[in-house]
Amino acid sequence: MTRIWPIMAIQNRPTHMGGHQEEVNMKKSLFLGALTAAGLAATGVAAQTLDEVKARGKLNCGVTTGVPGFAEPDANGVWQGFDVAVCRAVAAAVLSDPTAVEFVPTTGKTRFTALASGEIDMLARNTTWTFSRDVDLKFEFTGVNYYDGQGFMVPKELGVSSATELDGATVCIQTGTTTELNLADFFRSNNMSYEPVPIETGAEAVQQYNAGACDVYTTDRSALAAQRANFETPGDHVILPEVVSKEPLGPLVRHGDNEWADIVRWTLNALITAEELGVTSVNLAEMAGGSNNPEINRLLGTEGDLGGMLGLDADWAERAIGVSGNYGEVFEKNIGESTPIGLARGLNAQYYDGGLIYSPPFR
Amino acid sequence: MADQNISFVRHDQIPPSPPPTSAAGPVKWARENLFSGPVNTIMTLLAIFIIYRLVAGAFPWFWNGVWDADSIRECRDILTAAGKSTGACFAVLVDRWDHLLFGFKYPATEYWRPTLAFVLLLFAAAPALFYKYVPRKFLLFTALYPFIAFWLVWGGSLWVPVVILVSIIATMFAFRAVEGLDVNMRRILAGIVGLASGLGLAYLLYQGATELWFISNSVGTGGAFAAISSYLFKAASIFMFVFFIPMGIFVGYAIYDDAEGGGLVTIVTSLFVLYALLAYVLGPLSSGLNSVIPLELQAVPSRDMGGYMLCMILGVVCVSLSIPLGILLALGRQSSMPLIKGVCVVFIEFIRGVPLITLLFVANVMLAYFMPPESNFDLILRVIIMITMFSSAYIAEVIRGGLAALPKGQYEAADSLGLNYTQATRLIILPQALKISIPGIVNVAVGLFKDTTLVSVISMFDIVGMIRGPIQQSTDWISIYWEVYLFAALVFFVVCYSISQYSQWLERELRTDHR
Amino acid sequence: MTTMTDHVAEAPSGSFKLSMLLNDTRYRSLTFQFIALVAIIAFMAFVGGNLVRNLAEAGLNISYAFLGEPAGYDINQRPIEYDSQSSHGRAALVGLINTLIVAFLACITATIFGVIAGVLRLSNNWIVSKLMSFYVEIFRNVPVLIWILIIFSVMINAMPAPRDFRGDDATSSMLFDLFAFTNRGVFAPAPQFTNSFAATAESGPTSTGLDWLLVVGALVLSFFVARAIGSWATAKQEATGDRPTTWYLTLAAWLLPVVLVCMFLGLTWNVPALKGFNFQGGMQVRGSLIALWFALAIYTGAFIAENVRAGILAISKGQTEAAAALGIRPGRIMSLVILPQALRVIIPPLISQYLNITKNSSLAIAVGYMDVTGTLGGITLLQTGRAIETILLLMLFYLTISLLISFFMNIFNNRMKLKER
Repeated sequence: MTRIWPIMAIQNRPTHMGGHQEEVNMKKSLFLGALTAAGLAATGVAAQTLDEVKARGKLNCGVTTGVPGFAEPDANGVWQGFDVAVCRAVAAAVLSDPTAVEFVPTTGKTRFTALASGEIDMLARNTTWTFSRDVDLKFEFTGVNYYDGQGFMVPKELGVSSATELDGATVCIQTGTTTELNLADFFRSNNMSYEPVPIETGAEAVQQYNAGACDVYTTDRSALAAQRANFETPGDHVILPEVVSKEPLGPLVRHGDNEWADIVRWTLNALITAEELGVTSVNLAEMAGGSNNPEINRLLGTEGDLGGMLGLDADWAERAIGVSGNYGEVFEKNIGESTPIGLARGLNAQYYDGGLIYSPPFR
Repeated sequence: MADQNISFVRHDQIPPSPPPTSAAGPVKWARENLFSGPVNTIMTLLAIFIIYRLVAGAFPWFWNGVWDADSIRECRDILTAAGKSTGACFAVLVDRWDHLLFGFKYPATEYWRPTLAFVLLLFAAAPALFYKYVPRKFLLFTALYPFIAFWLVWGGSLWVPVVILVSIIATMFAFRAVEGLDVNMRRILAGIVGLASGLGLAYLLYQGATELWFISNSVGTGGAFAAISSYLFKAASIFMFVFFIPMGIFVGYAIYDDAEGGGLVTIVTSLFVLYALLAYVLGPLSSGLNSVIPLELQAVPSRDMGGYMLCMILGVVCVSLSIPLGILLALGRQSSMPLIKGVCVVFIEFIRGVPLITLLFVANVMLAYFMPPESNFDLILRVIIMITMFSSAYIAEVIRGGLAALPKGQYEAADSLGLNYTQATRLIILPQALKISIPGIVNVAVGLFKDTTLVSVISMFDIVGMIRGPIQQSTDWISIYWEVYLFAALVFFVVCYSISQYSQWLERELRTDHR
Repeated sequence: MTTMTDHVAEAPSGSFKLSMLLNDTRYRSLTFQFIALVAIIAFMAFVGGNLVRNLAEAGLNISYAFLGEPAGYDINQRPIEYDSQSSHGRAALVGLINTLIVAFLACITATIFGVIAGVLRLSNNWIVSKLMSFYVEIFRNVPVLIWILIIFSVMINAMPAPRDFRGDDATSSMLFDLFAFTNRGVFAPAPQFTNSFAATAESGPTSTGLDWLLVVGALVLSFFVARAIGSWATAKQEATGDRPTTWYLTLAAWLLPVVLVCMFLGLTWNVPALKGFNFQGGMQVRGSLIALWFALAIYTGAFIAENVRAGILAISKGQTEAAAALGIRPGRIMSLVILPQALRVIIPPLISQYLNITKNSSLAIAVGYMDVTGTLGGITLLQTGRAIETILLLMLFYLTISLLISFFMNIFNNRMKLKER
């Protein structure tokens, strides 16, 4: 570790690596690597993500360490949730097996490095699409699967009805999220003071909030609803009407591998389009046999070769939808109004119902 | 004879009468030990009060504990129904027992494997820990244990560890065989090996030189610092360019030239054999054997390890790896060669100067950048690397203390017997220095084992990670803390306390100064 | 990297054989070092090349420019001025000071715990010594992270929330109406000055660094005066054999300047009171700080107790007996004869315990205390995504603190060392 300091000065200068040069470099690293790590796991050459996933036979998908309804291992250790469903759909599309997913729990701290270093192939974790994450951190957001906004939850007994009455409050926040910055901006712009209580995990935030160590708990409204559902008396807590930020949450992949980004993007779009076109897990088999609607036929692979263009086979979308149904079904099953989490579709309704969920056409 | 009427004379002593009750038995003991003075009395009363408070607080809570419930709410309901104001919900331990011990991803049907590995660990450790009382031949099992444990915990084909073991044994035989060769044969062998290693080294250095040149070009020149480091890299690169051929020739020739002495040829040949076996024979042979006689356990990937098992794995692996590394570092720090000494000092002081948590951050988010892009170290391996580095620095300091405590006469005596450095170190210095250092090493080991809980901070699910994550977050056991944390504290206490008791016993055992 | 590069040229030309470089003790160490140098450079080449290539592949670069950009987040415990528009660099500085605060508090408290427990463990009082052994063994053999989490959970759940102080049927009340113990921390009266340097007509009593500088200045003055009085008394004792009674002079030297300064500044106490959501005014020692402080102190205290015990046992029994023969009372034997000698044995391990506290304070992130790991290595890392830069800087901080502590403690140790003549 003596020689760390010169590395600090490395700057990003384009290196002119032609194909040949690259190959040479790779060989060299392989050679050095083989010597230093002889016998340790060293998997093949730097392939495209799709080939890697296929070769591995498993999709490595980054999720949260646990948010009820979105991604959480159940008592048997099987991951369940809204974000998990995206991972499973991609696995079904690529590997024909929705269970061929290795769920890698990530914290706010580890998620981006895990993706950047290739430890995971995609990140489906309540991650907000922001400019700097897209441009500066070099990630590719492949769509939005949940339009969220930051909200505040307070105990009813405090008698607070608006977030503008929170001057002087103690606020529990999960560190390392955009909520932390939004919170600072919100209180600053409203000329109010507050006492932030930074917390690493959602569980500890809930523990502190319930014990009265903070007056307010702020995070994405969906997560607030999800965690309130776990409380002993959910009715004693209100989520304030203010939405202080836009939080479009969606799956993301590394910059630079466009084929892989396309697969993730269009798998999500396939789920959304399926809802729009009325393809459900119930009528999927029937629809896949062919229908009058050419878009359904293109989606399910009975017409055209959309799957081939993605580097997959024709019925990739059918498999993706077959895992747990279309977008609407996934929503209802995991976080919808019939679940303890009880979220309304709201912004996440299809565009024709007044929501923002909208897929480009399959053409 | 006149009948003399003498007064009564006692023939024997009166048996001593018992001391007054206030000066005997428990009362005396209490007076001397507990109430010998006002200060002492106050302290005794205070201590009794503290103990009373502890017991009065903890006992009903413990005694009323509910062992059978499905969730924290049900447990509280049971307590209120029984009319008890306080009580523990030990049901969480029953409900999540497997998760606490093995994590939530280890396949439930395979729990017997880590359990068996743990039991075998006790047997494997015994010959090393109680070497005076257990016959020496049992050490063979200790040597085999890493392979058995690896296979049990990670699963996969039995043939992989077997072939690795066979390769190591084959290497040892190769070592013996080369040692036994006559001079002419050895000269031929030395020629071949020298040529090969000379060429290999030259090639490696050439690659390193071009790599350095590549780095120096990538370092920006925007600022004095960047410019200087760029020039440094360039200088290092030129240095390597100048020396890659001479170094190759030199090392190759040195090996050849050493044919008569033999040490170097033997070592290098053995290394070649080992490398060839591991790189080219291991894969095909083990899969071939496996296709003939499939002996397979379900393979479990590293990231499925969790719970207390993960702490155990990290603790055992890192301690056993860091002892040899620590010895090398300590010897390096004692070395008379300034460069080697400097490297060891900087490494040790750097590691000891930063918290383990930053090293875990390095393992978690930084190490991947320093590895070849196509290599794929999983997190547990990266963590093992960092924790091993961490504990080896501390162990090195302990051993350095042992080396420093050896009287100078031991070194001089070894020299006067004509032993060379390796022989003196191996036969005279290390056995004594290690003996002095054992209690310190055990302390480091206990500290390291406790520190394995820190991996929960980087989202690994060891026992603390399981508690803070899946258990406290679950709907059933939301925000439960006393029961689970006390359980975690208990399992650590049992292990650490036994080890420290062992260390004290060993210290008495090793005392050879006949006090 | 200062080493030879021209060892080949140094070799005597006559009967030189290459194998002499390995077998001849004159050259062997040079050879080994040369090989080590090449190995180090090769290792650097390997690691650095990978880094450059990986960064280029990910399209990232290494730059510390983010330190100057606005941090955007708030920190609850701010020993220096800071708001969300301050830079990341300043946030790191705030964190660094918070690290030093908790480390300092924990070092002092751990020393007190350790000395008490270590001395009492050797006490003749059976029950007390057993109780202390229990404390030492329990705390030494359980990871500090678990202790931090237990103490923090207990604080959060067992202490009353501020809402319990509210209303007519309040379940909790303030101690003497001055202190409030809540699960958000302890609220205590804070000193303020009506004539503060920062006070303006409308600001009311306040306090600023300059005021405190004045108070500290007064204390420094007191220290020197008290020392002067002490040496005067010693001189007198040596001259006449009688030590003059000086305790009232010393007391006055300590009190008078501070009292005068406080009167000049117009000291008032700002008493915390429940207003709105929380206690306002006074000073707040946050729950996270208390939990971390207490956990580190009690955990490390157990180790220090062992060091103290070993130190005391290292002093030969003859010292105690000699002191007793001189007629010194048992309590004073400990403080005047045994401890000063044991100190020389205790200080070196004590230094490493202090270093451990400083390093273990990085576990602050488990309780959300905003130390340097929480700000720079936590939120800044997450918000900027600059993992390599922040972690390197973080390590540099800890390394510097550790080296400074060992440097100063070693100076102290050398001064305390028995001077053998």
